[in-house]
Amino acid sequence: MTKFAKAHPDMDFRLMVKKAYDYAMADVPAIKTRDIDSSRISYFSDHFTRQLKAASMVQDYLGLNPKDSRRIEWGGATGGQCIQAGWETVASGRSDVCLVAGFETMSRVETWKGNEFIALASDTNFDYPVGGFYTGYYALMVQRHIYKFLRKTRFAGIKDEKMAQEMATREAMRIMAMVSVKNHMNATANPYSQYPNKLTVDDVLKSEMISYPINRQSICTMSDGAAVLLLASEDVAFKYTDKPVLIKGVGCGTDTMRLADRPHGEVPRFPWEKKSDYENLDYPGVHSFRAGRAAALEAYKHAGIKDPKKELSFVELHDAYASSEIQTYEDIGLCKYGEGYDFVESGQPFLKEIDYKLDLKNKGIIPVNPSGGLIACGHPVGATGIMQGVFAFWELQNSIKKHFGNSTLQIKDAKRGLIHSHAGTGSSVTVSILEAVKHD
Amino acid sequence: MIKKFGKFKDVMKEIKKNGAALYEDPSGTEDLVISSPYQINYIHSYAEDSKFFIELTKGKLFGSKCRKCGYKYGTPRSHCMECGSETDWMELPLKGKVHSWTTCYFGSEEFLKETPFNLVLVEFDGVNTPFLSRLVGAKTEDIYIGMDVKAEFKKTPRYLVSDVYFVPVK
Repeated sequence: MTKFAKAHPDMDFRLMVKKAYDYAMADVPAIKTRDIDSSRISYFSDHFTRQLKAASMVQDYLGLNPKDSRRIEWGGATGGQCIQAGWETVASGRSDVCLVAGFETMSRVETWKGNEFIALASDTNFDYPVGGFYTGYYALMVQRHIYKFLRKTRFAGIKDEKMAQEMATREAMRIMAMVSVKNHMNATANPYSQYPNKLTVDDVLKSEMISYPINRQSICTMSDGAAVLLLASEDVAFKYTDKPVLIKGVGCGTDTMRLADRPHGEVPRFPWEKKSDYENLDYPGVHSFRAGRAAALEAYKHAGIKDPKKELSFVELHDAYASSEIQTYEDIGLCKYGEGYDFVESGQPFLKEIDYKLDLKNKGIIPVNPSGGLIACGHPVGATGIMQGVFAFWELQNSIKKHFGNSTLQIKDAKRGLIHSHAGTGSSVTVSILEAVKHD
Repeated sequence: MIKKFGKFKDVMKEIKKNGAALYEDPSGTEDLVISSPYQINYIHSYAEDSKFFIELTKGKLFGSKCRKCGYKYGTPRSHCMECGSETDWMELPLKGKVHSWTTCYFGSEEFLKETPFNLVLVEFDGVNTPFLSRLVGAKTEDIYIGMDVKAEFKKTPRYLVSDVYFVPVK
């Protein structure tokens, strides 16, 4: 993995991937380039590269020709989808060893042009011309989430509708700021992260408003970076290393491209949820991500997970916004729909050993984004989901100290981790479950 | 003579002015950075959604209603996502309520000069899904979910979905 940075003018995308690749290969000395059967290479946007077939140029630069290869693209979830494409290549028996590699070079345009490119991943007839801006879309979604789950609960007693909504939004902003504090603080121990920072809730609340109620410190930034994973079949993996990590389950979900078109139906429930939990909840509307729920349902079933909070040691989820981190807790069943704000305040997604200078009663139950997530690590789209995979791999190998130079983020006896990649206002989501095989 | 800079911000400024600059990166190596503009004019047909945009120029707002299951969309959709059947065009009321909203203080480059602006999802009585639009003539502190709004249309159409926008009902 390369360090994620605002710009890497000293490396083009081929060299970034090559550096990440060389690092991974050096970590498993027994494996040689000749042992790799295929590659799956991901980057999100042809607009950023302005070079079609950039994946072929990576294949070429790594010296992998004439082997099987293809490009994977799936919006913000490009990296997560690339891992699943690599998994399919090995699981089907087509390859024994498949290289999964991703990158993005977003520094090639200025920030607001970059936002325009990203907004082209919304319906260009009906959504983009209104004021295409992803932060705006997520703000629309969280406003509805706040209305459904805070205004109607904590502020149910307030008669003045407008005042009740304002109070609920302020409350949500405070809780979203706690998520931002968590992720920035976690990243201070991650040398690969772009924006490690010790922030307070006040610092976050004072940062510039981008789209009400989402402010600058609660949003990921644009980045340059690359990440790779080596996937191998079970028999072959033990030939090269005694510490592989198992991909135990995969899941994928989708929803309408226009967020206005999201239906208002019933919640697809986990086995531990009751129908009565969600009476009168129009689902997903724009307040929740049905694609995230569908991906988690499939992945848990595949991995045999019946109680994610108990069976998972950590979660790396796609926090492009602090708001979508809270919405995602509910989608993937870390809590029920509507409980996301309480879940943050309880301290459950925070790391036990880190002092966040917050009053948290129940820290470390299920750490979420111990790496610092997208908010603090950066979001070079095609690399992001793979970065989560690399981080989870190191956690489950118990090798964080080796790669980070410190063990602050090493979760003791980490047995299972969930990685979650998300795109397009929730139109595309992947969830993969990784499991430790051997411990020191 | 091409100029050299140690800060990438200065490189960005220089290439805007003179098209090229050298960047001395932290490792001491020189990187040559150039400006590379790109412009294109697409020939874009609205195809099956055309009627929606034509009606906007007449001050009318159209959604879709499924012929088979009756699902009503606040957006044009020529086939139903619930049952796959063809839909009919359905005229939408010009009055609705705010389903959700935001104020954008920043935006994509194309819309940056229009900030701050409000985005709203507007819900219509008896229609299953809302419609994404701008809310004009209201400040952040005035807007709330459930607020009554009505559609207005641009006098000179640009044949874009932004030919319609919403304003508060006074």
